[in-house]
Amino acid sequence: MRASANIEAARAPSKAERRSRLADNEQWLGRAMLAPAIVYIIALVGLPFLLALAYSVTNVTVGNTDVRFVGLENFVDALHNPTFLRSLRNTFLFAFISQGLVIVLASFLAAALQKDFRGKWLVRLLILLPWVAPISLGTIGWLWIFEPIYSVINWTLRSIHVFGPNTWPIWLGQANLALASVITVHVWRLLPLATVIVLGGFSSIPQDIHDAASVDGAGFWRRHFQITVPLVLPIMLVAMLFGLIFAFTDMIVIYVLTRGGPYDTTQVLASLAFFTGIEGGNLAGGAAYALFLFPLLAASAVFLLRVARRAEVV
Amino acid sequence: MAVDGVDLATREGEFLVLLGPSGCGKTTLLRMIAGLEHQSAGDVLIGGKVVNDLPPRARKIAMVFQSYALYPHMTVAKNIAFPLKAQGVDSRTIPDRVQRAAAMFGIQRLLDRKPRQLSGGERQRVALARAMVREPDVFLLDEPLSNLDAKLRTMARDELQQFQRRMGTTTIYVTHDQVEAMGLGDRIAVMSQGKVRQLGRPQDVYYEPADTFVAGFLGSPPMNFFERGDLIAGFRPEQFLPKSAHEGTDPLITLWFHVHRIENLGASRLLYGNLRDVFQKEKVIANVPSTMHLHITPGSAYEFAIKDKDVKYFDRATGLRADAKPFWDGR
Repeated sequence: MRASANIEAARAPSKAERRSRLADNEQWLGRAMLAPAIVYIIALVGLPFLLALAYSVTNVTVGNTDVRFVGLENFVDALHNPTFLRSLRNTFLFAFISQGLVIVLASFLAAALQKDFRGKWLVRLLILLPWVAPISLGTIGWLWIFEPIYSVINWTLRSIHVFGPNTWPIWLGQANLALASVITVHVWRLLPLATVIVLGGFSSIPQDIHDAASVDGAGFWRRHFQITVPLVLPIMLVAMLFGLIFAFTDMIVIYVLTRGGPYDTTQVLASLAFFTGIEGGNLAGGAAYALFLFPLLAASAVFLLRVARRAEVV
Repeated sequence: MAVDGVDLATREGEFLVLLGPSGCGKTTLLRMIAGLEHQSAGDVLIGGKVVNDLPPRARKIAMVFQSYALYPHMTVAKNIAFPLKAQGVDSRTIPDRVQRAAAMFGIQRLLDRKPRQLSGGERQRVALARAMVREPDVFLLDEPLSNLDAKLRTMARDELQQFQRRMGTTTIYVTHDQVEAMGLGDRIAVMSQGKVRQLGRPQDVYYEPADTFVAGFLGSPPMNFFERGDLIAGFRPEQFLPKSAHEGTDPLITLWFHVHRIENLGASRLLYGNLRDVFQKEKVIANVPSTMHLHITPGSAYEFAIKDKDVKYFDRATGLRADAKPFWDGR
């Protein structure tokens, strides 16, 4: 009797034992841990992407029931649409100008944050703040800053006599200013992440290398451009890749600030696709606009990753 | 304070070694000379000129780092050319000078490689070539051999010394390895806790230590110490030999050595034990060359002896060297 009970106990592992065995099995544990990410990507990225591919070659709208295959008609139409061409141009301006500014400013900030000084933690906190704040709320704050009547910028500059009595820019209402404003907010928002990434790159360079360059006779600029920059380049490229993809795909800043206006001067592909497909109901057209981004993003991702690999060090 | 009241002067063309345990301030001192670190007081002079306010690049020094600090994104040739370019040397002469520096260390065939494609020994040569290419007034070397394996290190030590003799450039070399220090240095500055404890030729530092720290730090196994009243007496393990092995007419001090354990190191044997009768609690190590025939079994006592002149005395309170006294006094 007792012997058989022992055998029984040996055969049926306790619950805790079974759990620990599962945790030891790396194959299953790995799959289990990857699963949420895969489900997320399939459900929220993969399926909508396939759906967009399907929509873009049909005439589907929110209202019609007679869905037909139309081939590349939507894409051809897009290329003849001045609003689309303008958005395409704006997308590039928006992405490249903001990324250029972000990289330059992030390098400065990271270089400054590498030094030790009093109140460094406060500066760090302030720099990180835009990243922590919800984008839409931060952007609404900017909406008030750019307000045509109460703009704090205009009132401040007038009171210190930078603006004369006849100068009163409408930040979000004049074509060039609107694009500049949108870019400013985007830079403000992406700068913290880029700074942190570049800072990480800077601190990954051993102090010995900087010291060796100093002893070898290099001044600040030579050290910066011949040693520091080439060494952080791979990491900077990663920051740039993130930033570019963000700039190409994001529309929250534009949606909150200008809705693409005035006269589509701040319209980008992402916002145009949204306004056409979702708000305008032209699902097929919106899908086609959105898909113009795809080869662009894929190409820039591949390009940057290749450059990053070639520049890899140590 | 990492470095405290150090007063050192190198001689022209000298190979000076800063020796000390880790954290003794030797690297900080070197970095102060290089201008990478600022002293809170005192002057650094190079070639008779005060260089306190000069940045590293204006001090006409070259430094080799423990990690070699090669620029990972540049080829060997560009690494070596970097100091020349940084100093605005006529660019037409650069390839020639790079070739000459590379030839000096036998690394011509590596010129197109990146540092990550080199072995430890090759990296070290590149670092040396990069340092010497601009013909500095002073070479500063910070443990340049510590990343090499033991066999390579012996070879590199030899090469380094030959190279220094050929160049005749004043060299300051930081190490915690006493074998390197003894082998390379014209003079050794032994440092501890930011202070220079002793400056002297290798044999002086080894045989005539200025205090108990120097006596205990140099030599492996270290000096045997035991208390003699107000003094501490010490002698080197290799000077403590069987009485019959001593030759000459120097007066000897004979002690009964109770051997507990024998360690055979190949070239020599270490005998661990204590001195019977007189200093029972003192542990003593004797280092006997393997070429000397010995019939010793652990657990027995033997008659060992030291030459009277080889026993060094130190003040018990300060640890500083004291005058020699008759050994059997003051017990």
